[in-house]
Amino acid sequence: MNWFKFSAPSTFYPLAGRLIPWFAALAALFGGVGLWIGLVVAPTDFQQGEAYRIIFIHVGAAWMSMFIYLVMAFWGGMGLAFKTRLSGMMTEALAPTGTMFAFLSLWTGALWGRPTWGAWWIWDARLTSSLILLFLYIGFIALTRAIDDPRRADRAGAVLLLVGVVNVPIIYFSVQWWNTLHQPASLSVGKGSSMAAIMLWGMLLCTVAMWMYSIALTLARVRTIILVRERHTDWVRALLAALPAQNSR
Amino acid sequence: MLRLIAAIIARDLRLALRRPADLVAVLFFFVIVASLFPLGVGPETALLRQLAPGVLWVGALLATLLSLPRLFADDFRDGTLEQLALSPHPLGLMVLGKVIAHWLCAGLPLALLAPVLGLQFDLSADALWVLTFSILLGTPALSGIGAIGAGLTLGLRGGGVLLSLLVLPLYIPVLIFGAGAVEATVSGLGAGAHLSLLAALTVGGVVFAPWAAALALKIALE
Repeated sequence: MNWFKFSAPSTFYPLAGRLIPWFAALAALFGGVGLWIGLVVAPTDFQQGEAYRIIFIHVGAAWMSMFIYLVMAFWGGMGLAFKTRLSGMMTEALAPTGTMFAFLSLWTGALWGRPTWGAWWIWDARLTSSLILLFLYIGFIALTRAIDDPRRADRAGAVLLLVGVVNVPIIYFSVQWWNTLHQPASLSVGKGSSMAAIMLWGMLLCTVAMWMYSIALTLARVRTIILVRERHTDWVRALLAALPAQNSR
Repeated sequence: MLRLIAAIIARDLRLALRRPADLVAVLFFFVIVASLFPLGVGPETALLRQLAPGVLWVGALLATLLSLPRLFADDFRDGTLEQLALSPHPLGLMVLGKVIAHWLCAGLPLALLAPVLGLQFDLSADALWVLTFSILLGTPALSGIGAIGAGLTLGLRGGGVLLSLLVLPLYIPVLIFGAGAVEATVSGLGAGAHLSLLAALTVGGVVFAPWAAALALKIALE
């Protein structure tokens, strides 16, 4: 299979359209099962009580906020190296979802921290570095929106993404490097999990659901961006002309 | 290579010295910001001594930020930057020269001024030394990272606000370790670890940032 075939917006547009329902369905399925396990099946934690159930959203959101930034940096690097048009559209499409997850991880963390730590916010290494990640997302969006020429916007944004990517390992390892309040990871590649199996499953399913949701949403957004940016091309004109009545307005 | 960097530094310094008002404005901004805090939080010596490292570092950081837009803007406006980009020498090295010149005009005077302001906050002699040294050690990283932001926002509407939005998050590690070094001295822990990390940030910032900034400039010049 020739992957480069789909690097052209005109071939990627219909592919994305076909993929969206699948990823959306997977997101709904995994999200439904994950939340059912998390909110109904999983037992109450004997130390943290019911408050711990926020992890089913919090952990996934935090992972996704870091992961989406890495994916954006990957697309930014591809765009700088190969000058593909689609790469810039992908970074632009991913940014709002990443920002949302970065905000969600801070917000759910605050909701959990209030009953458990007794404080909404603490200047802990992981919290601070996650806050920086949110600022980096906002900076990226502000920069790309401030530049009128989309090609320059993509490339300037890509440089910013690649500079900011140093923050992601800092967030991830912050709980090991600085021994502050945020507890260390419950899940690691080497040692396995320190959680009860049923909680772990709920958390993983919710994370996969968020992942699928991000893909579906990003593809939907990138389709719109493709149409806007390629509006002067023949294939977009033909596509829009073929649409029924609604574009006659 | 060194001659090229030296030539850029000499040129930028000469230009900066011809307009000393810009230089002095940055320093006075630092003085005013540092003086506002005692007026705002009250004159209790114990409280001020505790606030001093953070306040002075944030002041130095904002003063550096204030001087960043001019790093490339004048050269961009009169076309010098395009000539530099067209020359056969690597643009990254020339940006390094400009970063060093910027540090000599902003970071170095700020570091020399900091102990005087530290006296206002009743810092001990030890803490004053560490403050000066940490600002001396940390500001090259600020100039380097700032050059990336200045390159990315070159010629944009509202570039100044955007510049702070891009650069300030990246400045946070420098601020944490810089102010941390002074705080560690005040509380008697020794500043060694913080200063080492600060030096690492500066080495990283000065070595890698000019190349990223050069890339940003090329994008802006297209």
